[in-house]
Amino acid sequence: MIYADNAATTKMSRTAIEAMLPYMDELYGNPSSLYSFGQQAKEALESARERVASCLGCEPREITFTSGGSEADNQAIFSAARQGEKKGKKHIISTAFEHHAVLHTLDKLKKQGFEITLLDVHKNGIVTAEQVADAIREDTCLVTIMFANNEIGTIQPIEEIGKVCREKGVLFHTDAVQAAGHLHINVKEQNIDMLSLSAHKFHGPKGIGVLYAKRGVILDNVINGGAQERGKRAGTENIPAIMGLAAALEEATKNIDETAAKLTKLRDRLIEGLDKIPYGELNGDRTSRLPSNVNFCFEGIEGESLLLLLDDKGVCASSGSACTSGSLDPSHVLLAIGRPHEVAHGSLRLSLGEETTEADVDYLIDAVTEVVTYLRNMSPFWRDLVNGKRQHVFAE
Amino acid sequence: MALYSEKVMDHFRNPRNVGVIEDADGVGEAGNPVCGDIMKIYLKIDNDIITDVKFETFGCGSAIASSSMATELIKGKPISEAASLTNKAVTEALDGLPAHKLHCSVLAEEAIKLALKDYFDKNGIEYDKNEFPDEPHCAHCGEGSCDT
Repeated sequence: MIYADNAATTKMSRTAIEAMLPYMDELYGNPSSLYSFGQQAKEALESARERVASCLGCEPREITFTSGGSEADNQAIFSAARQGEKKGKKHIISTAFEHHAVLHTLDKLKKQGFEITLLDVHKNGIVTAEQVADAIREDTCLVTIMFANNEIGTIQPIEEIGKVCREKGVLFHTDAVQAAGHLHINVKEQNIDMLSLSAHKFHGPKGIGVLYAKRGVILDNVINGGAQERGKRAGTENIPAIMGLAAALEEATKNIDETAAKLTKLRDRLIEGLDKIPYGELNGDRTSRLPSNVNFCFEGIEGESLLLLLDDKGVCASSGSACTSGSLDPSHVLLAIGRPHEVAHGSLRLSLGEETTEADVDYLIDAVTEVVTYLRNMSPFWRDLVNGKRQHVFAE
Repeated sequence: MALYSEKVMDHFRNPRNVGVIEDADGVGEAGNPVCGDIMKIYLKIDNDIITDVKFETFGCGSAIASSSMATELIKGKPISEAASLTNKAVTEALDGLPAHKLHCSVLAEEAIKLALKDYFDKNGIEYDKNEFPDEPHCAHCGEGSCDT
């Protein structure tokens, strides 16, 4: 099997698993308990918080553990909105290709009377700091822009956007779920007020994430109850998962340059290989993209059948076609970068990982080329393109 | 649990009757690229019997499997039987489809009806316009056509 869906989730690292085991086994105490057995868990929790903070360049007290990226996104956005509302500021800026954890939260706020501006991400999948500066108004309470896109991997100019927000006194949140552990993050240097991340994207466990919120940012609870996480996130802390998260983030951060260099080489080899398929095109900027991400659209075919046939060849991949999204429309990300519906249906995302080899990449190139050719040969849409009855979108 | 039944996967992996009939007596195409699926059916008809049928499909696994199964169900059958093929029959023959994939079987039914209509039109054969509409509703988005 070739696992090329690391943007969906990753294999847990040995280090993360080892870090979790004692807390599932003998050290099962509740960190809220007074006795020393419980306090042992509390110490572990606080040490994990310190280590996570050091990876992000912030203070431990600025870290809140959540159930994952989605919860962190929800909490960050709702918190900023509630604070803004108090000052009569009900305008939020984001982009058209955010993760649904952000977009659906914004939809909810829209129904509550907030005005949402979704910035264009252009053909290359990158928003600019100038766009943000132009969109900020007197009543803007939040700018929320993802660090790197989950489908097409494009990296946003976070530091510059953060600078603009700082200058204008607007809170800046970034969904860094795809970036954490893969790209350098320093919230202070990059002018980030709030940041979300999720452990299972960098070889940690599922169901655990972090919301970083700068000191002074007032958080509203999404989960109400006990006084855990300084009263900002109720519920007994998932200590094993938190220990796994901290260990995985430390490990990923330590190896960040080495891994990026290796993956970038493999990524470029894969892009070069798939580029040889006629009437296909890479989605998103060629260079300002995650080292692991390759995303192509191929004319004349549909993504789900592509995935099923790749599965038969032992390849795990994903697509932004409507059939795989479970909705009528193909991926909002591909539509946001201007791909027409018919082309967006034929998309393929391959996301590489530390275990991917050069031989895997070569196998992927052959497998995708073969399956695309096979599906095109039975596609009336492709026939129409070849016969000139329909216009090609891409160059050959 | 797998996404599709074994029958769907079999017809998807080994589709029957794929291809084109150059001198077809009737050709029908349903769906559109915007919605992400197109089915094209080619019929060869002799003495009111469907002597040959081929299909081309652009679409997901269930779209390809539905086309393949539909062609099997009408091959060698009289026109009247092909005309009354329902999407339900296609779905049942495939041992079921997920709810959000049922439109694929509808497309197969529509493509066959359009191919028969084409044959009737070419040969001046009378037919019920309600049963063979010019442009069936898009099974996907419910509009007359979402190719706009």
